[in-house]
Amino acid sequence: MDTQSLTYLFVGLSFALYIGIAIWSRAKSTNDFYIAGKGVHPIANGMATAADWMSAASFISMAGLIAFLGKDGSVYLMGWTGGYVLLALLLAPYLRKFGQYTVPDFIGTRYYSNAARLVAVVCLIFVSFTYVAGQMRGVGIVFSRFLEVDINQGVIIGMCIVFFYAVLGGMKGITYTQVAQYCVLIFAYLVPAIFISILMTGNPIPQLGFGDTLVDSSTYLLDKLDKVTTELGFTAYTENSKTTIDIFCITAALMFGTAGLPHVIVRFFTVPKVSDARKSAGYALVFIAILYSTAPAVSAFARMNFIDSVQETEYKSAPSWFKNWENIGLIAWKDKNNDGLIQYSAGNALEGVKPKFNSETGEFGERSVSNPPNNNNNNEIYIDRDIMVLANPEIAQLPGWVIALVAAGALAAALSTAAGLLLVISASISHDLLKKTLMPNISEKQELFYARCSAAVAILIAGLFGIYPPGFVAQVVAFAFGLAASTIFPALLMGIFYKRLNKEGAIAGMISGLIVTASYIIYFKFLNTHLNTSDNWFIGISPEGFGFIGMLINFIIAITISSFYAKPPDHVYEMVDSIRRP
Amino acid sequence: MNNDYWRANLKILSILLLLWFLVSFGFGILWSDFLDQYQIGGFKVGFWFAQQGSIYFFVLLIFGYIYLMNKLDKKYFPESEEDEKK
Repeated sequence: MDTQSLTYLFVGLSFALYIGIAIWSRAKSTNDFYIAGKGVHPIANGMATAADWMSAASFISMAGLIAFLGKDGSVYLMGWTGGYVLLALLLAPYLRKFGQYTVPDFIGTRYYSNAARLVAVVCLIFVSFTYVAGQMRGVGIVFSRFLEVDINQGVIIGMCIVFFYAVLGGMKGITYTQVAQYCVLIFAYLVPAIFISILMTGNPIPQLGFGDTLVDSSTYLLDKLDKVTTELGFTAYTENSKTTIDIFCITAALMFGTAGLPHVIVRFFTVPKVSDARKSAGYALVFIAILYSTAPAVSAFARMNFIDSVQETEYKSAPSWFKNWENIGLIAWKDKNNDGLIQYSAGNALEGVKPKFNSETGEFGERSVSNPPNNNNNNEIYIDRDIMVLANPEIAQLPGWVIALVAAGALAAALSTAAGLLLVISASISHDLLKKTLMPNISEKQELFYARCSAAVAILIAGLFGIYPPGFVAQVVAFAFGLAASTIFPALLMGIFYKRLNKEGAIAGMISGLIVTASYIIYFKFLNTHLNTSDNWFIGISPEGFGFIGMLINFIIAITISSFYAKPPDHVYEMVDSIRRP
Repeated sequence: MNNDYWRANLKILSILLLLWFLVSFGFGILWSDFLDQYQIGGFKVGFWFAQQGSIYFFVLLIFGYIYLMNKLDKKYFPESEEDEKK
């Protein structure tokens, strides 16, 4: 069978599996729908959390980003795993003990205020939709490249599948499909990584392989990579090019943001006991670490392979993956010195960075771009970093079934995260907005009906994001983590560890964290993109890392304002005491 | 006594979070360049902590926490193994 049919087969089989599981685990009550009846085993919950967490960004984009960032890419590795330590130690067990359905639920109850609940709902919806948009783009890329369907059709197929199991199964359906999706995605990630590790270093364990010597040579892979990248004008692969303070703040913002992401937190509401919430955070991190420790190895291999296979290659004899990705516009080549060879080096190849293709073909058969060349450097290649993981098996010339497997894995990663996000959006609308605020008299049956409706609406909106992708998806990721770190995380943390915090303090803290972080990001990422350089940043902190400062401001304002107003009522003290007991 | 339980809990948290800070922000970021002068196999030590080591330590820290807290729970709440079911 050729790669194309294999891809259809793998993707079709995995989709059939998800639908089968959804039918088997339908939700019958709001308890089932929101938190899977609190009956999920910690290991299963760990896998589901891992699948929920590892999105299209982790599976498709992260290793590619690190491949081009080198050591700077560590911010993602540490940021997106270290947050689980905070989650396990500071939040998960207590929020599980609290025993309600949603994150705004906790904030509304702890700060005895529907205003606090609403602020939390707004932050939650914003953070979650930002995220969903990214997943849908991932689904679109995979469908258009591997299944050769139109991006829009791909998004619609993806929406139908998610619609089916999220609306029908709620949290229960999602949890068990996520367990299956974890297995698919981790297998799909490891197989090519192991293959490539053996090919390049002879070591079957990628985590060790990228610290090993190259096959038929006594040079270490990383030393060779340092040498090659320096020669091409980049910062050496194993050295930072960002400043220490910026790396510190980005890592912190990602960590605290991770711990404040509602779709992750809510997973710990689904286990039977407090001790299970701890255990399940541990298992979740193990399952996540399997992928995250492999990713930097994949990055190093990919960077090395990429340079080896394109540098000074004649375009006419360039490998087929190069032309395939050029066809869908994620690679572009502009022959600056008209020698017909591909030259790759530091700097943007084109003015305006992203290629604008016109319908013509160039002298050597390449797709011609209308951007003028950037003559400050000799780089002739534009490459979208998102494609490295997907292209990696092809670059390393692995068999067709591995490529098919990667396509199925990427879809599993995107769909599992999308489903988890859609669920927290729908729960916060039907439970926090309707049941707890606007329509307190609705019955459980009606609430379940509204939960399903809002899940359906959320899927439609997410689908629209996929079909008409907002141009700012990449920029808004900074937003999602920044806001989670500066609003949700501090409110939860102080809710548990600082009894004296009253509703005035909490609301003032969340709003000031929100405003400060959002204005900084909007100023540099949307309004004044030309000023977005380290000289203009506040003490050298990029917008990606500013959520950390927003969080500190939240803490300071909340505690200060709190001291001017009355203590929280006694029942809140009792509630905090009770969540502190296991 | 409930307060003793909470104090013991906070002590465990402080120690583990200190270690958490040390392996990631410490070895992986602040002192990473310094550690890079040492090399084990193909890895510079600072680079290894930033891209591998910190992740492994995070996993160990959570399992350390699970172990310590289970012990603490047994000491202070020997009978209440079952969480109240709502």
